[in-house]
Amino acid sequence: MFARIVWLVLRKDFTVEVRSLEIVTTALFFAVSCVLIFAFALVQEGRAPEGGAAGILWIAIAFAGTLALGRTFERERQSETLRALLLAPAARPAIYVGKLLGIVALLLGAELILVPLVALLFQAPLLSRPLWLAIILVLGTLGFAAVGTLFAAMLVRARSRDVLLPVLLYPITVPVIIAGVRATAALLQPEVDMAIISFWLALLTCFDVVFVTLALWTFEPLMTD
Amino acid sequence: MIAFDQLQVEDVSRHFGRRRAVSHVTFTALRQSIVGLLGPNGAGKSTMLAMLATLLRPTTGVIRYGEGTERQHGAALRGSIGVLGHDLFLYPELTARENLEFFAGLYSVRDVGATVTGALTRAGLTERANDPVSTFSRGMRQRLALERALIHQPALLLLDEPFTGLDDASGSALLARLRALRDSGAIIVLATHDLDLAGDLLDRAIFLRDGRMVDAAERPEALRTLYRTIMEQPGSTKPTGGVG
Amino acid sequence: MPKWFTPAAIVCGLMFAVAPLLIAQAPYESTMGLVQKIFYVHLPSAWVFLLSAIICGVASVRYLFGGNPRHDRLAWAAAELVVLFGAITLVTGPLWARKAWGVWWQWDVRLTSSLMGWMVAVAYMLLRKYGGPGSDKLAAGLALFGMANVPFIYISVNYWRTIHPTTNVVPTLPTSFGLPLWFSAVTFMVMYVLLLRLRVRLEEQRSRLDALYLSADN
Repeated sequence: MFARIVWLVLRKDFTVEVRSLEIVTTALFFAVSCVLIFAFALVQEGRAPEGGAAGILWIAIAFAGTLALGRTFERERQSETLRALLLAPAARPAIYVGKLLGIVALLLGAELILVPLVALLFQAPLLSRPLWLAIILVLGTLGFAAVGTLFAAMLVRARSRDVLLPVLLYPITVPVIIAGVRATAALLQPEVDMAIISFWLALLTCFDVVFVTLALWTFEPLMTD
Repeated sequence: MIAFDQLQVEDVSRHFGRRRAVSHVTFTALRQSIVGLLGPNGAGKSTMLAMLATLLRPTTGVIRYGEGTERQHGAALRGSIGVLGHDLFLYPELTARENLEFFAGLYSVRDVGATVTGALTRAGLTERANDPVSTFSRGMRQRLALERALIHQPALLLLDEPFTGLDDASGSALLARLRALRDSGAIIVLATHDLDLAGDLLDRAIFLRDGRMVDAAERPEALRTLYRTIMEQPGSTKPTGGVG
Repeated sequence: MPKWFTPAAIVCGLMFAVAPLLIAQAPYESTMGLVQKIFYVHLPSAWVFLLSAIICGVASVRYLFGGNPRHDRLAWAAAELVVLFGAITLVTGPLWARKAWGVWWQWDVRLTSSLMGWMVAVAYMLLRKYGGPGSDKLAAGLALFGMANVPFIYISVNYWRTIHPTTNVVPTLPTSFGLPLWFSAVTFMVMYVLLLRLRVRLEEQRSRLDALYLSADN
């Protein structure tokens, strides 16, 4: 039952997005612009700063993610379809999970383009250990999106919601950024220290579990008036 | 799905900070009846409907669906309520069929395919079933939105300004549809400005002004005149005719 | 105002008058000299900052799941004081650190966690001010997430780097350091309670005013 609702919401979001491609293209373009701006700002004498690639990658993900979150829920605000979702007898946490998985999928898709781009522009061997990088990206994106989806949903009917989303989201997702950047940077070293990476992955996993649980728990009270 | 015979609104108020949106409203709506909420803009009609739909909680007072309140019934209550909002609740990028299928799935309707086909026929949208809703006219969207609200055969139907933007034919069709629904046992509560159309339709009319219930009337005749008379009385709070 | 307020305010005023005398006659710390005395403001501020954050978090959770407006008023007042005492802590800290260790700022555990906690409190205040109606519940949700975030910030920054004097500074101090410190701490606590009560009272008056407005012509 829960899974069915999640699937319905996910499939609906996917269909809507595929028809217009608006969020995918704009968020991706924005992320690419971010990376380019960083390249212009930071690259000196044709070389990027030490460990810059990891940081820039995650910043681009965070910025693009915020944009995508805002736009996704702005769409639900038109025709008040978010209200329609809340009116259904479906369990509200299931709606949250459906939206969350949609955002994660969208961001992972953007990362497929961002990673090679950053690797290219900053001469960073990001693709040398793709499996580990993928795990880091999935866990980090999930953590960021878990908090982001909840905050974006709860801000839908608030004033100043566009600027308040990053204001609320960034301080809370600092551990995700730290862990993501540090783990990615560790992966870029010639000698990979697996102990470091394991620690960050463990932290990310804990973060994901705790915050998804918190979001499921608070989604209902936060969405009802 | 929870069945109930009547809807009771008991001394319900809703405030937003200092603003009184709805103040001490009491009425009952029975099965097989259509109740109208009438009043000028800002009278509290939409807020009242939102509370009946369980989207808002009353600040004071109780709303009873049959024997129990929303808290007692739980989430299943929402499966017995259908809402046609001001904003229609349709995804413009999806086709008519996809919209209906999505909501049918959300409401756990049994035979989605057959139900959706039936709904499209009743809305007269079978040929346009696979066109995105963004290409529809206002009237077509309204018809689709009504079918969306009814897809799960709710016991209680709430409509917010359903006649807005409808031409003559569509308006009459909607009237006929509402009457048929009433006869088949639904409770219908609608908020409207359209006094001419509502005149023949309503079994009971509740008049709201500034959030308060200023009057109520059973099977009102000459609704427009009655409305004018009531609304012109300065700050009246007691019912002057009919039963509340 | 409750009966204890005025006597407490007088006591607090007296304590503030006495405190500088105690601080002045405390012995100089060998390496840092006069500057170290900022510590008597910095550390109690940090404690009040932490205490207020905990109060805000707990009150927010109770409000989010219980709906009692009293908890919301307390959470809001506590958040505002987190911002105030956090600012005092984050300013006095670097002032002390610059003289004592030569750097304005270090990205170590305690500093970074404090800064992030303070940022969440500022975000809370922004949300309440600009979020429009309904922002009371949303802010409570933010406070809950902020509270849950603390261990993660701590652990992640800790693993990342560390330099900061440990809290062992306090117990190992000779009593001539000890008395002024505890006196300052108590003074700050009393002031905190007074400020909290005042701020909560402001919100109580506001909601009483709203209720009066609403009942005016019923």
